[in-house]
Amino acid sequence: MMVSQLTRGERQGSILIAAAVALCGLALAIAGRNDPLGVHGAFVLVGSVALIAFLLSRLDSPEPDVSRRPSEYYDDPIKVGIALSMIWAVFGMFVGVWVAAELAWPSLNFNTAWLSFGRLRPAHTTGVIFGFGGNALIATSFHVVQRTSRARLAGQISPWFVLLGYNLFCFLAVTGYLMGLTQSKEYAEPEWYADLWLVVVWVTYFVLYLRTIARRKEPHIYVANWYFMAFIVVVAILHIVNNLAIPVSLGHAWSYPIWSGVQDAMVQWWYGHNAVAFFLTAGFLGMMYYYLPKRAERPIFSYRLSILSFWGITFFYMWAGSHHLHYTALPHWVQTLGMTFSIMLLVPSWASAGNAILTLNGAWHKVRDDATLRFMFVAAVFYGLSTFEGSFLAIRPVNSLSHYTDWTVGHVHAGALGWVALITFGSIYTLVPSLWKRERMYSAALVEVHFWLALIGTLIYVFAMWNSGIVQGLMWRTYTESGTLAYSFLDSLVAMYPYYIARTLGGFLFLLGAIVGCYNIWMTVRASPAAAETALKDLPDARWAEGTATTPAE
Amino acid sequence: MDIDHATAVAFSKSWGLFYLIALSIGVLIYTFRPSNKKRFDRAKKTILDKEDRP
Repeated sequence: MMVSQLTRGERQGSILIAAAVALCGLALAIAGRNDPLGVHGAFVLVGSVALIAFLLSRLDSPEPDVSRRPSEYYDDPIKVGIALSMIWAVFGMFVGVWVAAELAWPSLNFNTAWLSFGRLRPAHTTGVIFGFGGNALIATSFHVVQRTSRARLAGQISPWFVLLGYNLFCFLAVTGYLMGLTQSKEYAEPEWYADLWLVVVWVTYFVLYLRTIARRKEPHIYVANWYFMAFIVVVAILHIVNNLAIPVSLGHAWSYPIWSGVQDAMVQWWYGHNAVAFFLTAGFLGMMYYYLPKRAERPIFSYRLSILSFWGITFFYMWAGSHHLHYTALPHWVQTLGMTFSIMLLVPSWASAGNAILTLNGAWHKVRDDATLRFMFVAAVFYGLSTFEGSFLAIRPVNSLSHYTDWTVGHVHAGALGWVALITFGSIYTLVPSLWKRERMYSAALVEVHFWLALIGTLIYVFAMWNSGIVQGLMWRTYTESGTLAYSFLDSLVAMYPYYIARTLGGFLFLLGAIVGCYNIWMTVRASPAAAETALKDLPDARWAEGTATTPAE
Repeated sequence: MDIDHATAVAFSKSWGLFYLIALSIGVLIYTFRPSNKKRFDRAKKTILDKEDRP
């Protein structure tokens, strides 16, 4: 499928690009030798050579009719993007359940460095945020920009380059963690060479997006595209500034950031919080503003409100990052600035959540009957809840109780499971039937099962972490009459035990839901009338006769 | 002139405020300009079209 829409010249072009990447891999492998850099170079080399072999084997397969291109959307990269997104979802969530279980039963690391919490935890966060979320964002943004602009993607090879290049980055990231590689910057753990590669991929993504919008036949750029563009532009800026680093040498994976001390901390959390804002919020709001009205078959409640909240979100979030550094060496006024902007953020955030929910006003029967739409409705509710919680936790005195506790973990998961994952599943269930030209998903009942597994899993998880977080926070600040701490750290750890088990269960249910979703998507793609027809044509004569012979009996 | 902490603070506390206010006014004008109403209405309705061709 990947090459059937490429001309011979485009296939040759792709081979050249893959060959250039293979050469980079070879250079890294030689320069790195026994260093993890060398291992990564070898991975890149092997992967690119496999891609070249694949492309060569299909070089002479039938070419597409180029004249039809302007009247057709380019959906192949979107289909592969959705598949990759679901694979990463299962991988990332499985690792998440594993690390959650390790906290309750530490012997699950089997005394292996590779399976230690410190290495698996970033594999989980990268797997779900960048693997699952990122692929879903790339796939849906390619879909939304084409449909809302009524224009085909402005490139044949570049969408593949963006998608596969991005997945190479995720792969280098996760395998790096398992080998013990990290920059020790949360959500920005990958090392310098992977970071440089992502810059190339991301700039291509931005140029592709802009060129597609420039081709648009609609006079106005639909608001979902504004959110996707904010996501692409700001992530590029954040990624470059936060990852400025000097490698130990060109033959080593390790590097030192150019920032130091409190400036480094501020740059990291300016990055970290805006990753939440522009990766986990803006992009997914782009999804929401397209797929929710589409599924509900109702226009967005207020288009003007969606524009106002867009500018509110983009310009307020930029200043909120310092709330991660309350009570640190960061100047007090900078902390206060972050706190103030975090509270102001509630206005555009609730405007977006309210806009989504009011769009459904008058279509509540659809929310009741259609689990896909319900995914998106509940996502909007969780978006409202977790942005309120976020503003609340950013208040300095509240943060003195919540910081460093599981409350933060609960907050992040209310957002990541309740908002990000649910809006993604809702969008994917809307997108898959239309993309593969099916009337509906293979099983509406399985979408329903997925919905309840996801919702119950999220609630168990979040309630467990709220409880354990507040218990931790209180135990750490309880003093005896003589002014010493009443509990040791170990006491608080023992108190966490039941919550850690509950959290593992919640995560496990969520993972089960994702697996059910994968099966449902797979069956929708496979069990097609069109596919069945071609499969029959492909059969040898004898089996074809046998097939027709059994038909009357059915 | 030395750019020290105080200079940075003075700059952020003045220009940071002014440009955000200017931006808000600009966004409000764009959003509520009567001549934009038609484009917005069209934008929010056309995405619901069933036709799946460019």
